[in-house]
Amino acid sequence: MKIHEYQAKALLAKYGIPVRPGKIVFDVQEAVKAAQTLPEGLYVVKAQIHAGGRGKGGGVKLARSIQEVHDHAARILGMQLITHQTGPEGQKVRRLYIESGVDIAQEFYLGLTLDRERSQVAIMASKEGGVDIEEVAEHRPEAIFKEWADPAVGLTAFQCRRLGFKLGLTGKAHGQFVNLLMNLYRAFVEKDCSLVEINPMVLTPTGEVLALDAKITFDDNATFRHSDIAELRDLDEEEPLEVRAKNYDLSYIKLSGNVGCLVNGAGLAMATMDILKYYGVEPANFLDVGGGATTEKVTEAFKILLDDKVDAIFVNIFGGIMKCDVIANGVVAAARSVGLSVPLVVRLEGTNVELGKKILAESGLAITPADTMKDGAQKCAAAIGRS
Amino acid sequence: MAIWVDKNTRLICQGITGSAGSFHSKQMLAYGTNLVGGVTPGKKGQLFEEKTPIFDTVSDAVEATGANASVIFVPPPFAADAIMEAADAGIQLIVAITEGIPVLDMIKARKYLQDRPVRLIGPNCPGIITPDQCKIGIMPGHIHKAGNIGVVSKSGTLTYEAVGQLTSLGIGQSTCVGIGGDPVNGTNFIDVLTAFQNDPDTHGIILIGEIGGNAEEQAAEFIQQYVTKPVVGFIAGTTAPPGRRMGHAGAIISGGKGTASDKIAALERAGVSVVPTPSDMGATMKKLIESR
Repeated sequence: MKIHEYQAKALLAKYGIPVRPGKIVFDVQEAVKAAQTLPEGLYVVKAQIHAGGRGKGGGVKLARSIQEVHDHAARILGMQLITHQTGPEGQKVRRLYIESGVDIAQEFYLGLTLDRERSQVAIMASKEGGVDIEEVAEHRPEAIFKEWADPAVGLTAFQCRRLGFKLGLTGKAHGQFVNLLMNLYRAFVEKDCSLVEINPMVLTPTGEVLALDAKITFDDNATFRHSDIAELRDLDEEEPLEVRAKNYDLSYIKLSGNVGCLVNGAGLAMATMDILKYYGVEPANFLDVGGGATTEKVTEAFKILLDDKVDAIFVNIFGGIMKCDVIANGVVAAARSVGLSVPLVVRLEGTNVELGKKILAESGLAITPADTMKDGAQKCAAAIGRS
Repeated sequence: MAIWVDKNTRLICQGITGSAGSFHSKQMLAYGTNLVGGVTPGKKGQLFEEKTPIFDTVSDAVEATGANASVIFVPPPFAADAIMEAADAGIQLIVAITEGIPVLDMIKARKYLQDRPVRLIGPNCPGIITPDQCKIGIMPGHIHKAGNIGVVSKSGTLTYEAVGQLTSLGIGQSTCVGIGGDPVNGTNFIDVLTAFQNDPDTHGIILIGEIGGNAEEQAAEFIQQYVTKPVVGFIAGTTAPPGRRMGHAGAIISGGKGTASDKIAALERAGVSVVPTPSDMGATMKKLIESR
């Protein structure tokens, strides 16, 4: 689960990590009022969306007066902010963070995430802050310094000191960095984060170290023990159909194609998208209805696919423990109740498959049966005139 | 022969009285798995299906039954603890079916298991089966057939897809192992490939991977160096968009890493026959073993 920058900063501040004072606002008047409460001189107007690259996209502006805060806020609020992470349609800006600006002597990158290979939390730091860290990792991996936290003892002070020295920090700033990183690790672990990025972390001309930006992603598997984090969810930042699917415990991701997929199992669901594409068809979505594909779930899944205005639907189910006749009944009931208006290709395999096929054939519905995934994908291509 | 589980495996089920645990314990018993006990704290003395004894703790169960394997159906908040309890009790093979265990819990559990003589399969996996001998997990037993092909996979239903194709072509399986789709797990591809390579009764291997992480790339390197048996590969997620978690917690392309095309290229370089669609897994394996 992702949260906004201002939420991340509020959380980090609770862990004693220095951030600039700021306020979240929803309209231009509020923006002006917020700026008036901040230290005079330099302000930053920052679009709050769940995507990186906001600055490059024009969503982050410096203001040297209240009037400039007003003008920037008026321009940014409501715009479709396009960044390399939003896709071409961009994301609508509904919230602004008005923050007190600060003079910068040096910018750094600081990130914590899971290292899958080692099964440990990795800490990454670099002097190349404020830029796309993935690019640094690709072209100058030696510019990124790393430490790994031992799961039994956590991140140690000596590791933080070592990183601080590698970043070239000295004296008071070095001590501040060590505190900041120790606190950041504590936040990461206590709140079950999967990614924390401070990019940039800055050193001011007066020798203060602080978090100028903050990005936090939480482990979806751990939200059950963090009701405070669950409250930070912003549904405006999520695809409405995906929100609906989540409410029915369906694993659904909307894509840009026009043939809907309804599958059991995540791996099979991915492979179903792949095989459609292999036969020249663009999949409209990833959809895993899970092991227990009940009639209720299948019905809701059909509704979501139809609301996505797909041109055809490919149902691909390997009935293992769940028998094919049960699934066939579910598909028929769902198709009847939603009033199917597009071609439906169904591939069933597994337990009681013959009985399942018979139920589909005798349903009186215009269902195209398929014997294999390949057969099903080809029939989808034919159904939308791609073969 | 087979790898890791056979008719001598003595299994207990942690979470045997829960809905998934009891349903699948019945299925495992019906398949002929030697399920010798169950564990649900507070339910000591009860019998499952009127014959299998239930214990409060794994150590009690091990002491009374001599169990050497455990399958875990405990809900996510308590599953990592259940894994560590099994390891503490001296269980040698832990199969964790539970989906949705917090990553930081698994990091700790893995560390706990590190210096103990135990193998963890999963979590978030369908389990392991040696056809006609021992089924530990949630896979449909009847699609399997005893034979000489080893199957290892991150995905449950794609494993069934491969097994279904093999069986319908008359090709049996030595052992099928689901390693699960979580970013932090116990057994990896290389562990399973090593065991298959060393198993004289495994004549060919099907490896099914997916986007995310670099376990497939590491597997490819290992295959190139050590595996002499024919390997058929499939990687799911060619069309998956970057930055989105595709169902499995580990199935995500992040920072340009973990793409299907990288994995396919690595496997092909290692001499693996990577099939373009999952429908081709069984037939390709048939061709490979017949041409040897």
